[in-house]
Amino acid sequence: MMASSYLQIEQVAMDFTRGDLTSHVLQNVNLKVEQGEYISIIGHSGCGKSTVLNIVAGLLRATSGVVILDGKEVNDPGPDRSLVFQNHSLLPWLTVYENVAIAVNKIFKHSKSAAERHQWILKNLEMVNMSHALHKRPAEISGGMKQRVGIARALAMEPKVLLLDEPFGALDALTRAHLQDEVMRIQSELKNTVLMITHDVDEAVLLSDRIVMMTNGPSATIGEILDIDLPRPRNRITLTDDPTYNHYRHQVLSFLYEKQRKVDVVAIA
Amino acid sequence: MNSRASIDNASAMSLAVNKTDAGVIKKSLSKTAGKWKDFLLSRFLPPLIVMTILVAIWEITCSGPEASLPSASAMVEQSWELIVHPFYDNGGNDVGMAWQILASLERVAYGYLLAVIAGVSLGVLVGQSTWAMRGLDPVFQVLRTVPPLAWLPLSLAGFQDSHPSAIFVIFITAIWPIIINTSVGVRNIPEDYRNVARVIRLNGFEYFRQVMLPSAAPYIFSGLRIGVGLSWLAIVAAEMLIGGVGIGFFIWDAWNSSLISDIILALIYVGIVGFILDRMVAFIGNRVTRGTSAS
Repeated sequence: MMASSYLQIEQVAMDFTRGDLTSHVLQNVNLKVEQGEYISIIGHSGCGKSTVLNIVAGLLRATSGVVILDGKEVNDPGPDRSLVFQNHSLLPWLTVYENVAIAVNKIFKHSKSAAERHQWILKNLEMVNMSHALHKRPAEISGGMKQRVGIARALAMEPKVLLLDEPFGALDALTRAHLQDEVMRIQSELKNTVLMITHDVDEAVLLSDRIVMMTNGPSATIGEILDIDLPRPRNRITLTDDPTYNHYRHQVLSFLYEKQRKVDVVAIA
Repeated sequence: MNSRASIDNASAMSLAVNKTDAGVIKKSLSKTAGKWKDFLLSRFLPPLIVMTILVAIWEITCSGPEASLPSASAMVEQSWELIVHPFYDNGGNDVGMAWQILASLERVAYGYLLAVIAGVSLGVLVGQSTWAMRGLDPVFQVLRTVPPLAWLPLSLAGFQDSHPSAIFVIFITAIWPIIINTSVGVRNIPEDYRNVARVIRLNGFEYFRQVMLPSAAPYIFSGLRIGVGLSWLAIVAAEMLIGGVGIGFFIWDAWNSSLISDIILALIYVGIVGFILDRMVAFIGNRVTRGTSAS
């Protein structure tokens, strides 16, 4: 028997069938993640990286293979694998507070008292610096703030693994950098296990302990895994002159643009 | 309205702060008052003018000796008793306009409420289940084209009584837009909201109450608004046939007694009440769906 990791993705394959056509999206995806690791999955668009995340989340069922989290097989979605969606997906009719409360009140209904839940909601919103806008609705706050609330909601679920689906993809560059720093700060406090989808090389190198690089589809799989051995806390400004940092960047870039250069083919689906 | 008021306040205040001269402040205040006057004039003057012109045309065209319809002044004169005594009650059908309207509103209320409950439930079912949609949608599409009054003989035969028959006609008239809009709203719930609900494991009822209803509310309310308008359209025609107290039969009765001016008065009542019903549902919809449509 192999020593089991905290999160294991074993021999996962995914086919989508529509009519007579079957497209093989993923094949032989294997990944082991230890507790507290920050993993980025990077690849060209359409390579199936979001599919991997959705399978771990339980929103999709793999055609074959299993995902095991903390010794249990993943079959359906649950709060132990909370998601931060690219487009925040806050419920627009609820306030900032209520958007976190809907999750907290459901998940900790029996394990925390009402007062404890209230404190917990406030604490998580404070962690993402959103205490000033508790009673605003999503339409009244900026894109970056919405994403903060999305992160607070996901963190408040106390997940075993936090799943981030291109969490900063829809933000402008300055807001994105700011939020990445916040995520690093929170991560240094909470030591969550994180699986993040991204297509931003700098973001991947800056935030991750390991970068999982995926080959192009169809039948995409994990091409290479790169260990990022940079000391924390990391500073984006000093790192720009760091040769090790630039070496890692170069490796990811060469994987994406030399080995896996995106060739536009007509999709099989 | 609120934002407009606050902008006015703000501009008045900035003027007051910038210029300390008392006369200028007074001027700025009177300017604000002037703005309100402008607002009232711009909102109420045009309909007032148009209405005056229309009444004048009515008065002129119907004043001739061979006119078949009463002129405006003749109508007010002939129906004066009804206009000033809306609440009289001489028993039987001989009651004031307010009672006639209320009797019609009661029928509409029953029929419409039943349509809301059944329509939203069926809409949710059709929106949630592809199988139910494929099975029921053709039935709905055919039945909804049946004119409301065509249901009346059938419901009279079924219920053997005019009162439930009228309510049924309202029900069957109002239900289609409610079903169709609700099902579209439910089908259009963004995948992300469903995923959020799945991750936090909301059960069926929690999902219905906390995600489905608020998300589909704008669609549901546009269905409710169409529905209330159609019910009010149908009630007059239905009451003409079933008799009893109600604005529809009042109109029919007035026609049989050649009281044309009473008919005109009734039409004005029907129009105003229909307008109020529409605005009421729209108002409730605006309150309930506040913040829902924006993302």
